[in-house]
Amino acid sequence: MTGFFAMGGYGAFIWPAYGISLLGLLAMAWQSWAAWRAAKKRLDALEKGEP
Amino acid sequence: MLKPMFRYANPAQFMRLSGALLPWVSLLALIALVTGLVLGFHVPPDYQQGMTVVIMFVHVPAAIVAESAYAAIALASLFSLVWRHPLADTAARAAAPLGAMFTALGLITGSLWGRPMWGAYWVWDARLTSFLLLLFLYLGYIALWNAIEDETRAARAAAILALVGAVNLPIIKFSVDWWNTLHQGESILSGQIAPVFLWPLLIMALGYMLLFAALWMIRIRTEIVNRRARSLMQRGADAAG
Repeated sequence: MTGFFAMGGYGAFIWPAYGISLLGLLAMAWQSWAAWRAAKKRLDALEKGEP
Repeated sequence: MLKPMFRYANPAQFMRLSGALLPWVSLLALIALVTGLVLGFHVPPDYQQGMTVVIMFVHVPAAIVAESAYAAIALASLFSLVWRHPLADTAARAAAPLGAMFTALGLITGSLWGRPMWGAYWVWDARLTSFLLLLFLYLGYIALWNAIEDETRAARAAAILALVGAVNLPIIKFSVDWWNTLHQGESILSGQIAPVFLWPLLIMALGYMLLFAALWMIRIRTEIVNRRARSLMQRGADAAG
């Protein structure tokens, strides 16, 4: 297993590259989704409030 | 030819179509990304790059999406300026933060590859510098939208910036041919990559593209819903006043 994580001696560059990519993509997905939920909730509340 | 396109670009139609597409695009994105990751970590070391070749599987897709997203913004800006289509502005604006993030990921993963392979995290060569300029274009575009209060004027100013900035796209693309750069030349379309590396690269690129498409749709939907909410509140305020 150390062999896999060492990545032929380049683990110190490969894992950060994947870690940052994963973090960036997840942050973007989470933010987009959260903004959608908030917008939908607000509109639903407004439409319910309408006579 | 443009008429049917405009029919789908109508907000109500877009909500219906994107609502139906979203689960499938998201699912396909996830499948492609997981498949690409599994394949990517099973490649043998490259004879020149060693195992750093696996960084390519997150670097190249991020760069491809970064440039495609900018091309999409420029195209939508053209539609907005010429045909004054309101959804075009929304689409262009919604893509910008995503494009900026993919550009940043392309730069970071590239520099993490450059350190072991070139001996430097950063060099001021044509490809890297023009790609850094792409990040600044995204940030400037986003800032311009936020700086102008009146939405119609903001949209027009941002669209012009996006179109002027589009000149950077061919510069990025051909920078490796026009100048002596450290960055390697085009190798995907010219068939210089062994299949064992090409497959994970293409599948990851597909996954990145689909993820971008899904998040772009979500962000456009968010803006449409926000607009509807704003006009409802406006109507409420008018009725009360």
